[in-house]
Amino acid sequence: MNETSAMLLDSGGLDRLIGVLGARGFRTIGPVVADGAIGPGPIRHVVDLPQGWHDEQAPGSYRLHRDDDPRLFAWAVGPRSWKGELFPPRSVVWRSSGEGDSLEIVPVVDEAPPVAVIGARPCELAALSILDRVLGTSTHPDPVYRARREAAFVAVVECSTPASTCFCTSMGTGPAVGDDRAGDEGVDLVLTELAGDERHHFLVRAASPLGGEVLAELGGEPAPGWAWSARDRLLAAAEGAIGRALDTDGLAPLLARNLDHPRWDEVAERCLSCGNCTLACPTCFCSSVEDVSDLTGTVERHRRWDSCFDLGYSYVHGGPVRTSVSSRYRQWATHKLSTWFDQFSTAGCVGCGRCITWCPVGIDLTEEAAAIRASDGAGARAYARAGAAGGDQP
Amino acid sequence: MARTAERPAKAGTSLVPLAYRVAWRRRETADVVTIALEAVGESLAPFRAGQFHMLTAFGVGEVAISVSGTPGAPGPVEHTIRDVGAVSHALSRLPVGGVVGARGPFGTSWDVTGLADEDVVVIAGGIGLAPLRGAVHQLSGRRGPGRLTVLVGARTPDQLVFADDVRRWRELGADVRLTVDAATPDWGGEVGLVTSLLASASFDPARTVGLLCGPEVMMRFAAADLADLGVDPSRIRISLERNMQCGAGICGHCQLGPLLLCRDGPVVTYGGAVAALMGQVER
Amino acid sequence: MTEELAELVARHPLFAGLPTDVASLVAGCAHNAAFGAGELLLAEGEPAEALYLLRRGRVALEIRKPGSGQLVVETLRPGEVVGLSWLFPPHRWKTDARAMEPVGVVSVDAACLLAKAEADPAFGFALMKRLLPVLLSRLQATRVRLLDLYGDGAHR
Repeated sequence: MNETSAMLLDSGGLDRLIGVLGARGFRTIGPVVADGAIGPGPIRHVVDLPQGWHDEQAPGSYRLHRDDDPRLFAWAVGPRSWKGELFPPRSVVWRSSGEGDSLEIVPVVDEAPPVAVIGARPCELAALSILDRVLGTSTHPDPVYRARREAAFVAVVECSTPASTCFCTSMGTGPAVGDDRAGDEGVDLVLTELAGDERHHFLVRAASPLGGEVLAELGGEPAPGWAWSARDRLLAAAEGAIGRALDTDGLAPLLARNLDHPRWDEVAERCLSCGNCTLACPTCFCSSVEDVSDLTGTVERHRRWDSCFDLGYSYVHGGPVRTSVSSRYRQWATHKLSTWFDQFSTAGCVGCGRCITWCPVGIDLTEEAAAIRASDGAGARAYARAGAAGGDQP
Repeated sequence: MARTAERPAKAGTSLVPLAYRVAWRRRETADVVTIALEAVGESLAPFRAGQFHMLTAFGVGEVAISVSGTPGAPGPVEHTIRDVGAVSHALSRLPVGGVVGARGPFGTSWDVTGLADEDVVVIAGGIGLAPLRGAVHQLSGRRGPGRLTVLVGARTPDQLVFADDVRRWRELGADVRLTVDAATPDWGGEVGLVTSLLASASFDPARTVGLLCGPEVMMRFAAADLADLGVDPSRIRISLERNMQCGAGICGHCQLGPLLLCRDGPVVTYGGAVAALMGQVER
Repeated sequence: MTEELAELVARHPLFAGLPTDVASLVAGCAHNAAFGAGELLLAEGEPAEALYLLRRGRVALEIRKPGSGQLVVETLRPGEVVGLSWLFPPHRWKTDARAMEPVGVVSVDAACLLAKAEADPAFGFALMKRLLPVLLSRLQATRVRLLDLYGDGAHR
């Protein structure tokens, strides 16, 4: 972290940040309380932010409560990630009109103003980096995501109050923004909220040239030494507060060799195949298209988020390939933790815990992975595979 | 700010189809037609044998269709379509002059250039011959010591496609054998599983390349049979199918384990991971 | 004559690579035979008395079905074997086998072959090791065809 470009702001300074970004043409969005949850919404002033709100999360459970805590970011993550701001749940890809040789097909260009995300978490920044790889660096990148992401301003607030479902430390994505993130790595400002002894400050570091420019406009004082030590204490405490863990050691090959593990059928007895985990997940990127026509002959191709838990997801003429819940849960979990590496050279999971909190029956990905690790090779074909793989299994 | 701007692309190009017109159509079987498409305006990039296009029937939807034409051949691009769903039904009913949307080409190819010396064994099941047709055209015209064997299986004699091509390939020296599962009284040809034709085919396993396309179970057994006969699994290429939608590896639907088949396939090497993937139980 | 037959037997894929004395044992039970197009090599229900090593022409295995005449269920090519029902009781053919074109075979007398196998278990086992794979691969092919792979909505 470049300490020379770090400043200490009070909440008035944060208010100025929102104003400066708005004046620069950004649509400023941040965490707001709505419908009993904290999630992305338009913000124009600091008062729009969830001061004093806290979230209590557990498998299948999420509750908000409020007290007189002066902090704005004393909660973990809500059900909706920032994915929806950059990769909208619904969009129109193209529109056609006319017919025969006079048919015209016109791309629908996303004209949403650039967005400034204020208050993403470090794990969510990691999720954006994953989406950058998946949607942004394909031979044919997704035009909407790419345009929005390139134009976006991202201010991350480091995590002081992890939830019981969080396991970012296992995935190396939080609660701090890693020092290797200094510079041009998809984030513009990194904030740490410091509160205590009647003081309420934000330690703000620029992480991009634009972030530096914006920070210079805000005034405030250069970050004093106590702010850095307060940050260190805060993040150490946050790290210590994370109780859930996912053992990632050899996890990708572990799951790849346990595709016929009986645990998949066991978890399928509980899984409702509702797809909540995929909607809440900040890296799930699957989408589907449908063509919509009207009586004038205009056709539009609509894209919407899709879920691998949907029966139609794996449809090949003749029917879906994965008809059982067991196959679909396995597809999701092994994609996140195993085949994602093959496809995109990274895990598909950042440890935000949303899939655990928002699963209506409280299925815990970390628990499922641990169960398979505990009986590695329990599948019916394990013996044959061990032989084929060179006998590295018992 | 996203830091992925090193590849400026015309926004939407790959996801937005170009207009193509049906130049001519030919019925192959009761539920299979070939439509040849020519660009109304701008053309797609040239395809390689084994690649696919995403074809849109306007107002109905889009589906992946392998190109059945020959790369580099002049004139409209042939697509052979089996009428099995709403979109393929609409496409296969299009009259001459009808307009479709086309995107692509996408995916990997059979990559048969440079196979002059190799014996090539092509095994196709049903309409699986369509994605192989361009490659067989290219192979039947090659000059070199390599022999070409084409084994085709179908359910019934009236489901065999490309009779004219079969005649031409034979004239050019290919050993083409057709077999059916269920014979009709007028069928004087072979009856049996397509892989049973392998026993009497002439090829040297040590210098053979296999190209397989058809139902996945057929390919799994055919690839295993070829490997048992001594063909190097890394020289057996198969064309796999899942739910291809975007063609760009960004919609997720065509996953088969680690593979995004629209990007890493449809043509993949049988040896290594794929053999195990094909044996994986999905239900 | 027997020497020529031994050579034909040894060259047939069923016995390829076997020691010459094994081929000679088989040849001792064998003679050449020819069938015109449309002639039956064997008929369902008749005593199964010969093993045919197919050398020339194709043979169709047929099952008679009312209304359909003779239904071809499998075709066999030169290099393959026609007729295995002689191996075990009740020693009766299960299908018809008809020459699709002029056919040349080495016809091996089943009783003679079985007698030599009984007398010389090593020869019998060598024979079995050649015949059982034929049965297995035909069984597997039948299994796969049972899946009706090319049927409607099954193209995957």
